[in-house]
Amino acid sequence: MPTDIQAPEILYGPLSPMLIVFGVATLGVLVEALVPAARRRIVQVTLAVAGLLAALVAIVLERSTATLTAGDAVAVDGPTLFLQGVLAVLGILAVLLLAERGLDGSGGAVVSTASLTPGSREDMQLSESEGIQTEVFPLALFSLGGMMLFPASNNLLLMFVALEVLSLPLYLMAGLARRRRLLSQEAAVKYFLLGAFASAFFLYGVALLYGYAGSVDAGRIFDATGDAGNNDVLLYLGIAMLAVGLLFKIGAVPFQAWTPDVYQGSPTPVTALMAACTKIAAFGAILRVFYVAVGRDQWDWRPMMWAVAILTMVVGAILAVTQTDVKRMLAYSSVAHTGFILVGVIAVNRSGLSGTLFYLATYGFTTMAAFAIVTLVRDSSGEATHLAQWTGLGRRSPLVAGVFAFLLFAFAGIPLTSGFMAKFAVFKAATAGGAAPLVVVGVVASAVTAFFYARVVVLMFFNEPAPDGPTVAIPSPLTATTIALGLAVTLVLGVFPQPVLDLADRAALFIR
Amino acid sequence: MSGTPWLTILGVVPLVGAAAVAATPQRNPKLAKQIAMATSLVVLVLTIAMCADFKPKGPRFQFVQKHDWISSFGVQYAVGADGIALVLIALVAVLVPVVLLASWYDADPEYVEGEPTPGPAKSVKTFFALLLVLETMMIGVFAATDVFLFYVFFEAMLIPMYFLIGSYGGPKRSYAAVKFLLYSLFGGLLMLAAVIGLYVASTRQGPGTFSFDKLSQLEFSHSTQILLFLGFFIAFAIKAPLFPFHTWLPDAGAEAPVGGAVLLVGILDKVGTFGFLRYCLPLFPYAARKLAPLVIVLCVIGILYGALLAMGQKDLKRLVSYTSVAHFGFIGLGCFAFTTQAQTGAVLYMVNHGLSTGALFLVVGFLIVRGRSRLTADYSGIGKTAPVLSGVFFLAGLSSLALPGLSTFISEFLVLVGTFQRYKIAAVLATIGIVFAALYILLMFQRTMQGPLSAIHETMRDLRFREVVAVAPLLALMIFLGVYPKPVIDVITPAVNATMHDVGVHDPAPTQLTQTARR
Repeated sequence: MPTDIQAPEILYGPLSPMLIVFGVATLGVLVEALVPAARRRIVQVTLAVAGLLAALVAIVLERSTATLTAGDAVAVDGPTLFLQGVLAVLGILAVLLLAERGLDGSGGAVVSTASLTPGSREDMQLSESEGIQTEVFPLALFSLGGMMLFPASNNLLLMFVALEVLSLPLYLMAGLARRRRLLSQEAAVKYFLLGAFASAFFLYGVALLYGYAGSVDAGRIFDATGDAGNNDVLLYLGIAMLAVGLLFKIGAVPFQAWTPDVYQGSPTPVTALMAACTKIAAFGAILRVFYVAVGRDQWDWRPMMWAVAILTMVVGAILAVTQTDVKRMLAYSSVAHTGFILVGVIAVNRSGLSGTLFYLATYGFTTMAAFAIVTLVRDSSGEATHLAQWTGLGRRSPLVAGVFAFLLFAFAGIPLTSGFMAKFAVFKAATAGGAAPLVVVGVVASAVTAFFYARVVVLMFFNEPAPDGPTVAIPSPLTATTIALGLAVTLVLGVFPQPVLDLADRAALFIR
Repeated sequence: MSGTPWLTILGVVPLVGAAAVAATPQRNPKLAKQIAMATSLVVLVLTIAMCADFKPKGPRFQFVQKHDWISSFGVQYAVGADGIALVLIALVAVLVPVVLLASWYDADPEYVEGEPTPGPAKSVKTFFALLLVLETMMIGVFAATDVFLFYVFFEAMLIPMYFLIGSYGGPKRSYAAVKFLLYSLFGGLLMLAAVIGLYVASTRQGPGTFSFDKLSQLEFSHSTQILLFLGFFIAFAIKAPLFPFHTWLPDAGAEAPVGGAVLLVGILDKVGTFGFLRYCLPLFPYAARKLAPLVIVLCVIGILYGALLAMGQKDLKRLVSYTSVAHFGFIGLGCFAFTTQAQTGAVLYMVNHGLSTGALFLVVGFLIVRGRSRLTADYSGIGKTAPVLSGVFFLAGLSSLALPGLSTFISEFLVLVGTFQRYKIAAVLATIGIVFAALYILLMFQRTMQGPLSAIHETMRDLRFREVVAVAPLLALMIFLGVYPKPVIDVITPAVNATMHDVGVHDPAPTQLTQTARR
């Protein structure tokens, strides 16, 4: 056979947001090598923010694009661009959090050398060292680039590559916490091992689907589901395995076990990046797989997703009640929210898609601001994340506690916050899509989540502060910007959500 | 669509006032209080002007405004007031300044004389700002004619009240605040499911809508009606609170600061019974007719059970809270008896209950501030040293037990007569509740105000001028409406007739009565 391989046609315009982010990340590596240490931080931060802004501009310029490119491997369409835009903005906020140096007395939130033996004396001393490291910025950018590619992958193999590109830097970054090094290293190892495991499942799923459809292309798999003659066992197994890999990334039950440990152990800015951005990217991929590749097969996968969604909402909500650490509580709350977003996914209609997109955007901003607040509440040993230490915070610093309470009410879905609008959007779509029982479970789970959010508010506002309680650090403009923007989005989308809903509505159309 | 946008103005003014109060310096609590008071008086004046502008014989909803809010959801900013909403908004406008005046020093930690350490540093201005925010929400919830908008106010209202109870309440305040929030949220979220269900059901009969006008024109299938009715009903029953959903009220009522308790029982709980009339009955007439007997049973149990528990209370604020459980049983009875008299009585009862229980809570609060105890047993013979307080207490109590000549009598009488036409046994049993009411009120009065004066209370001050001014409007209105309820009845009758029409029921004709009797 003549091997006349045609080079695929590449449309650089639609790909430009991702190319910019990857390019800037690569530049960041060069900066590490060439720029003097004293100036690296400022150069890296500027580069990262500028790169993400440029990507955002590119996304806006491409806003009405809907095309397949690079041999149908990349789909740049409404959902892709919407999620990429949100990721770019949230990425900027995460970079700002990472760049913060004023909160910890001895430097930023990440250590200079993370590769020392855990628990050794040198490792212990890291928390006092003034040294900083700036590789974290290119790492974050690579991860963000992978996240942008993840929902755009129209080809399961490319999706796997994107999954790895977004995950590997995160595994590293999870181990970088300046304080509580052991916990951080444990988080990194745990995340890596379980993540690798989930990736393997994903890859198996890809292989099985290839066996089923003879292609890893989402459109071809879709076509294959229309033919009666194919081996359905391969399809079902393939979907299930693929789902394991993807559900792991969003932290759905029963693949949620890593979330609390990793969220708790990672440096809080990295946790914010993980909680907000990874979830958005992974949901984008889930939408692409379940709406495009196996979209015709929804009667087979919907029961499975029903079970996962119900379990996720219920388990996340109930386990969150027992948490005593604010980061672990937010982790379980993120599990519960994963369940709520899955309700939107299961709706399988256009309003379900737009509701899911809207939910992801609002949730990302609220989460980012909430973790930013966590970085502010500190005592001598670093962040004071035990809930008991937050007692009476409302008396001590009413502004920070008030903002946090507002964000918690947004998580709880109280009206006049974006969280309510988002929940309403997905629940409405699901009811219209014939998933009313799921919505009833959803509202009951919401009531349970409200319990532990309210408990934190009680702690902060209705109890007397402990005399040796933590202090609230004054944030530099970097963290303050993140909090202010997250808060503003949460409030504005709670009162006037229409523009963003319109945006999500227009975006809610996959190409195949 | 034309005319003054009264309802929007009324909603915005307290919000602006709250912002102004929040902007005052922490060191100058007096300024915060004055701004809050001025704002609430402006609202009162505006409300009076609005009431003067209301035409009882005009269209059902007046001062209507409609603007698109979230078109993706089919949600409008739609407000309008029918007679029922109007009188309840008026009640809000009257109660808020009263509460502000009565709680003038409640948020000041150092007010209590002779106490060595001033209490925890509570923010005075926050207290008053929260009350004003609450006023906006309360007006909004009655004015909304879009189910979504109603829901937003219904839920958002919880937050300021949650902080009022939790930050400024009694010793078990955080427990009470959380219990209040969770009960209400749970009900609210069930209602959210029903609100969404309502919208989806409406999409089967044309474009989906949340607008009350359009929804009340639609006919839903019987099973849909039952499910949606239950979603709304449980939320409202928790809010109202009807037996067996009442258990949060005694805690919340007892631990809330007195001003908060007045608004909680006087207004917030009315949202539940208002919801029965506005949403449960007209939107789901079949379900309402079908389930009415069940609701009637719950109401009667509530009347008797609430009254019995009230008699057994040692804590004054819990006692008053339990009387409210009984009173809400009456209101529920009136709503679901499906006679014009009973429903008119129920609406009138909502207003009168706000006045009488509000006054009772206030005067109990005055007593507790002086005696520093909430227990009945700690008081005796107060009437001898504080005759004005005692007199006010007596009058408020009499109103609560529905003495003829006071406004509550008329409403209770209307409810009972109206109920009797349809549910005789229920009416008879409910009448026993009146006897109980006389018992718990008079016993409470006797134990605290009469008898020997204990030594520690000899120096107890009588009501101050501020306190008299605060409670006087309520007493005056109680007497005025007791003698001449016509203005209020004129306003609410058309709305009640419209509701009855929506449910598709008519007053039982006298002939039918005699026929039933013959059988």
